[in-house]
Amino acid sequence: MVVDCVVIGGGIVGSAIAYGLAGCLDDVLLLDGSDGDPRAAQANFGLVWYQSKGVGMPAYQRLSRESVQEWRSFHKEIEDMSGVPVEFVGRGGLAYCLGDEEFEARQAILSRLASQMADTGIEMLSRGAVERLHPGIRLGPEVTGAAFSTLDAHVNPLRLLLALQRAFAHRGGTIRRSESVQAIETGRGQFRIRLKTGDVDAARVVIACGEASRVLAEPLGMTLPFTLQRGQIIVTERMAPFLAYPSDRIRQTACGTVMIGATKEDVGFDPGTTAAAAAGLTARAIRVFPDLAQVSLVRQWSGRRVITPDIAPLYERSAAFPGAYACVCHSGVTLAAYHARTLAQRIAGRGSWHEMEKFSARRFDVQAA
Amino acid sequence: MFRLLEQGRSGEDAVTIDLDGQPVRARAGETVASVLMREAEAWCRATPVSQARRAPYCMMGVCFDCLMLVEGEGLLRACQTYVRDGMKIRRQIGARHVVPSC
Ligand SMILES: Cc1cc2nc3c(=O)[nH]c(=O)nc-3n(C[C@H](O)[C@H](O)[C@H](O)COP(=O)(O)OP(=O)(O)OC[C@H]3O[C@@H](n4cnc5c(N)ncnc54)[C@H](O)[C@@H]3O)c2cc1C
Ligand code: FES
Repeated sequence: MVVDCVVIGGGIVGSAIAYGLAGCLDDVLLLDGSDGDPRAAQANFGLVWYQSKGVGMPAYQRLSRESVQEWRSFHKEIEDMSGVPVEFVGRGGLAYCLGDEEFEARQAILSRLASQMADTGIEMLSRGAVERLHPGIRLGPEVTGAAFSTLDAHVNPLRLLLALQRAFAHRGGTIRRSESVQAIETGRGQFRIRLKTGDVDAARVVIACGEASRVLAEPLGMTLPFTLQRGQIIVTERMAPFLAYPSDRIRQTACGTVMIGATKEDVGFDPGTTAAAAAGLTARAIRVFPDLAQVSLVRQWSGRRVITPDIAPLYERSAAFPGAYACVCHSGVTLAAYHARTLAQRIAGRGSWHEMEKFSARRFDVQAA
Repeated sequence: MFRLLEQGRSGEDAVTIDLDGQPVRARAGETVASVLMREAEAWCRATPVSQARRAPYCMMGVCFDCLMLVEGEGLLRACQTYVRDGMKIRRQIGARHVVPSC
């Protein structure tokens, strides 16, 4: 038996692409690895975020904007199909500034973004305007203002993953778990996916298994340049709702907990959490909202981000082996709508791949030359 | 309702705590949860999700069902919190508010 397409990796990226492909192709098989694998999809902050994306790279700015716009209808689509509410809140999002220097630095970023795109929908708010958005809580004396983006949003990332996988199954897709792909063999214009439980042949293969993607993609002629970055997050007890808007480092979830994140650490494969990170994250949060000082922390964890040299995603199509694709990125939550719609259609052969070329690893060759 | 096995021992009511505005006598060195268990209303909180009432359960610090508001310190496990004379304890009803209502 030959399936139309195998998607390798059941994180947010693989699940979103598989869900989209199941709307275009007859039989799509999603293979996910073992529970011991690193899984950024289960460790992230849950932002659907565009206000900081694509400085110096207009294509990534447009991509992020398109995805956050698509999210407006996308969350309803997958909720209806899966029956899983994903707790999407799309009123907009903030990036708080402490002191004049941070305010000016943020303003400079917004000016650069505005020079790349007409009508970004992002503006600087004064301290007074930020106060009016949060009548229920005091701001710390150092808060000078915030960047506000009307399109930014947040979502429950664990429910998102569940919704994508259920919606995929609803469209007729098949998920097999604990099925780590050992290797991909090529020949006769199709792919043989080697599993411990036997082989599967496929006309197309999409490699989307996060940091594990490189070893599978390289033999198919696709190089994936990225490094790993650890991020730690802490979460508080459940509080009555007081934060109507998410921000890049603090957000209150639908169940009332406050998530505070996330560090950016270069520590290789170390999956640990540190007291220093908890102290640093809470210290900043309290400078923004002093009353958080009396709230208890209940959990802390870490995850790893895939960081490309320009932070933007990698969308690869193998030239040597047509039908093979690879997709890895940071911001897989933000880009889920784009992956499920546009990217999946392009992989299925609908529409031109041309716009994806900007996100090929070849963009780095040019710079090196 | 629970009661002390050895009634009338010295130091039995050495300490007075304030439970939701009511003075309650306690032994020095016992936990807030054990005092609560001798009250007619032995529940400590109503959950933030369903408002269902909860009481101390494991009495050894692992279940977190015994959370109570300790003035000046936040929501603590009553079974791991020793009584102090004059300490103020509140039953927590639903989710906490970041800004204490005044
Ligand atoms: C701390 C932190 C905060 C973040 N915050 C945000 C945020 O707010 N917004 C946002 O958009 N993004 C955020 N991200 C990034 C986001 O989490 C990732 O972009 C996204 O999870 C990547 O998904 P993925 O599916 O590529 O990889 P993963 O989630 O890592 O999933 C990879 C999957 O592939 C499987 N796998 C591995 N090897 C194999 C194999 N050989 N065969 C089969 N399956 C295999 C694994 O079992 C796993 O399920 C954050 C990340 C971190 C670490
Ligand atoms: S009763 Fe279980 S933690 Fe206190």
